[in-house]
This record gives sequence, structure tokens and C-alpha cells, in this order.
Amino acid sequence: MEKTLEASAPKKKRTKFLYSKTLAPYIFISPFILSFLLLSVYPFISAINMSFQRVLPGQVEYIGTHNYSRVFNPTFYTAVQNTTVFVIFTVLILTLIPMALAIFLNHRLMKFTNFFRASIFIPALTSVIVAGTIFRMIFGDSDSAFANQVLQFVGLDPIEWRYGAASAMFLMVSLAAWRWMGVNVLYYLAALQNVSKDLYEAADIDGANAWQKFRNVTFPAIKPIFIFLSTITTINGFRMFEESFVFFETSSPGNIGLTVVGYIYQEGIQRNDMGFGAAIGIVLLGIILVVSLIQLYATGAFKKDDE
Amino acid sequence: MKENKRKNDKLISVGLVILFCIIALLALFPVISLVVASFSPAADLMRFGLTAELFLTGWNVDNFFALFSGEGGAYWQWYINSLIISGVLIVLSLFFSSMVGYALALYDFKGKRFFFVLVLIILMVPFEILMLPLYTMMTSLGLVDSYFAVMLPLIVAPIAVFFFRQYCLGLPKELMESGRVDGCTEYGIFIRIMAPLMLPSFAAMAILQGLTSWNNFLWPLLVLRSNDMFTLPVGLATLLTPYGNNYQILFSGSVMAIIPIIILFLFFQRFFIAGLTSGGVKG
Repeated sequence: MEKTLEASAPKKKRTKFLYSKTLAPYIFISPFILSFLLLSVYPFISAINMSFQRVLPGQVEYIGTHNYSRVFNPTFYTAVQNTTVFVIFTVLILTLIPMALAIFLNHRLMKFTNFFRASIFIPALTSVIVAGTIFRMIFGDSDSAFANQVLQFVGLDPIEWRYGAASAMFLMVSLAAWRWMGVNVLYYLAALQNVSKDLYEAADIDGANAWQKFRNVTFPAIKPIFIFLSTITTINGFRMFEESFVFFETSSPGNIGLTVVGYIYQEGIQRNDMGFGAAIGIVLLGIILVVSLIQLYATGAFKKDDE
Repeated sequence: MKENKRKNDKLISVGLVILFCIIALLALFPVISLVVASFSPAADLMRFGLTAELFLTGWNVDNFFALFSGEGGAYWQWYINSLIISGVLIVLSLFFSSMVGYALALYDFKGKRFFFVLVLIILMVPFEILMLPLYTMMTSLGLVDSYFAVMLPLIVAPIAVFFFRQYCLGLPKELMESGRVDGCTEYGIFIRIMAPLMLPSFAAMAILQGLTSWNNFLWPLLVLRSNDMFTLPVGLATLLTPYGNNYQILFSGSVMAIIPIIILFLFFQRFFIAGLTSGGVKG
């Protein structure tokens, strides 16, 4: 290396520039710039462009806002409704229950914390397909499947889980909740490590009860994680596809399992109507954007979370 | 009084442990069920679902025998595909993402903040919105049905870039300066001095990226066409149809797909936890 540097003067200059402190960071981030342009900007522009087109093999035709006017149809509303219900349930379940579990796990009287932490984390290691397969067996439609046996044991009627709207939603929500619970507990646990014990002692001296301690000491410390998790869970909920696919493949009775992304898949890939699929995608992006902004605004994340 | 308090503490402690035993059971029950299912007659499972009796009776190794005796169809090919894709992806994405995160944390350059904000924005934009144009792109580049197409969207993962950046913020900048004094190039400093300090973050991201890729479903489902190219989740999903005839492989194959991960988890718990909770690193 040293030798080539001395070998020729112009080359030396170029090499020196290539190795300079000014250029190096740009070289380092070049993979990101490249992937950003190629895998984000280009597809994004292309998606917008496509949403105004009728894309047929070998032939593309601009059709104005026709795709968008087609988007708002009953099937789409069903998809949005299913997805929204899924989002509401997963956000509630996956922010509040892990919070409670983390506080309990962090309790000074808790025993075997590491073992329990590991056990509830294990579901996160499974793929939706594998987890969904076993959920389908546990919640089988026959009277003798495990979940139905339990129902009958407590005196209820067996359910054909995959054929009713409510039970289908229950299946999808529980699959998601089962897989993510442990991860979210760990997020809260990490935040709880930062709460100083002195604060609790001070609260004890002041005679605070458990609720007051939670409101004034614990919650402020874990609020950022609460906001983070509800935002992430909302976005992931609107992206939901696999939890539905594993129970219903691509068609469910009365579209009880149809999600917005599932609808994109149906129209864009299966029916090969790319323009229409792209238009649904853009509408979905709009929905996610609006919901996230409302959510961040409502939780006051904009006030201090700058950087 | 003191006696009373101690009694009370004991009660709370026992109550908490009982509560978490129930929760741990709920968490582990499906995994245990899967193992039970893999040792149960597959045809019965598909007909009746998992029944309580199967936990006690009818255990046999037929499903695993089918899997290992060559009746598995393309199963082992899927396994190899998943291994290759996840393995190569871990190497590529760790290399590229760490470079980007490192520069965003430890250099001062024009546009630094802008690029960091870009990373955050991409982190928020759902991949599903871009998947149709990306799919068209893969088709026109002739990349459909290739390993490369499956890996491409994950190579510079914004989540990994973000994590590496946060990690690097905590590294001593002075070491870079002393590297310069010693005549190291900027790239040498990264590879020889700083990267070794980033090892824990590499481990966490290797696990996050490996797991993401191992369990990835929708994108591989789009770009993979032939049975021989399928990854494990895509392949296993094809066995789930009501018209399937290879249910034995479905259950034993599912177990083989997650057991290695669980074993890895038991050994490298710390890195798994750091990897899967990487989104919450403080800024």
C-alpha cells in the first residue's frame, strides 16, 4: 500500500482523497444511500405512478384516478374494518398486559425471574406459519380439538373457530399477542431498571398507596416505552397479513379474515391488477400516517421526544 | 407486626410465582403442543385437531421417520435454502448496516442529521406498500426465484442501522484519533479498532436479522416460484392446505424449524433479547 502511494503523484492525490476524513463517512453510508434510492425512493415513486395505471403484461395505460375510485368498495371496507379491530385489540393487549407483567416481574418479592422471562420470550422465536399451524390444531373445528374440549369441560358449546367473525378475530389476535407478549415485557423491564429505588422509598415515606406509586413513579419512567410500543404495534397491526394467511390462506368465508395487506396481495398478485394493488397500498400508507400522527400527538410524544 | 409483614410478603411472593407459572404455561403450551403433535398421527391431527388424548397416547416417530427417510419431498431443500439465505444475509447486512450506523454516530459530516432522519422514516414506512413495485422490479431484472431477490430488501435494514448507530454513540471517539496518529486509514480504524468494540452489537443484530430472515414470509412468498427454491415458512405453508397429502412433514418439519432456534436462544439469551428489543434503544 505504502509503495503504491509513492509510485505516482496523481494517484497519490486521489488515494489520499479516498482515504480522507471528509470522504470516509460518505463511503460508509453509501450502502444506505444506494439502498434508499433503489429500494425505497424508486419503488415509492413507482407505486404512486402505478396507482394511476392499468398494468397489463407488456402494456401500460394511464387511467387517471380510476383505481382510487375503485378502492372504496365493500370488500375494502371489510378489510379496513378487520384490520382496525385487529389493531385496537393488539394495541390494548400488547401494551397494557406486558406493562403489568413487567411490573410484577420486577417486584422485589418475585422469584425465578430469569426463568419466567425466558419462557414468555420463547414464542417470539417461532414463525407465524409454524405458530399458526399449531394454533390451528389446538383451535381445531372438531368437537374433540383441545380448545373445544376445554369449552365443553366448562359447560360451553364447541366453536367452529375459523368460520365465525368473532372467533376468527380471536384466533388472529391471540396468535399475534402470544408471539409478541414476551418481547414487549422485556421492553418494559428494561425501562423499569431505570427507576431508582429511592423514589419508591420516598413515596413510601410520604404514605403513597400502590396506585399513587404507579402513577407518579413507575408510569413516568415507562411512558416512552408505552408510546413506542403502541406506535409500533399500530403500524404492525395495519401491516398484518401472515396471521390471517396461516388461518385462511388467501380466502376466508365472508372475508372474515381479510386484511388490507391481504387485499393488496389478492388484487395485485393473485389477480395481477398491480395498479389497483398499488392504489390500495397508497391509501393504506395514508391511513397509517394519519393514525400514527394522531397517536403521537395524543400521547404528547412531539413535545419532548425531539431526537 | 414484623411477623405479620413477613407473612404478607411470603403470600405476595407465592401469589406472583403462581400467576407466572400460569403465564409461562400459556406461553409454552403451543410449543409443547407442537412437539406432541409431531409425535402424533398426522392424519388424525388434520381431521380432529389436537385432542387432549394425543398428549397421552399414540406417540410414535412416524412423522420424523418420514422426514428423515426421504419422504419429505423438498423439505430439506427448503431447509438448505433458509440456511443459505439467512447465513448470507447475516454477513451482508451486518457488514453494510454496521458501516452506516458507525458513520452516522461517530463522524461529523454534512447531511448527517438528514440521513439519520431518513433512516427513521424508512423504519416507519411499511414494506408492504413498496412490495408490488419491488416485485415488478425483480421480475424485470430476472431475479424472481433467486436467493438474491429474497435477501435484497433486508440487506441494509434500517432497524440494524439504527441499532448500530445507538451502540456506536457509546464508543470512545478518542480511539479513532489515536488510530489516525498511528497511521491507520479511516477504513482501517473501522475494521481494526472500532468493529471489535462493536462485537456485542454484531451478535444482537446477527440474531435479529437471522431470525427475521428465517421467519420471513410475505416477500419470499412473492418472489419465490418453484418448490425447490422455497424457504421453510413458504414451503411449510404449502403443506397447510386442506388438499395436502404430506401432513407428516408439516409437524415434524415445523419442530425441526424452531427447535434449533430455541436451542440457540438458550445459549445466547442475552443477545437474542438485545436483538429483538433493539427498537427501543434510547436516542
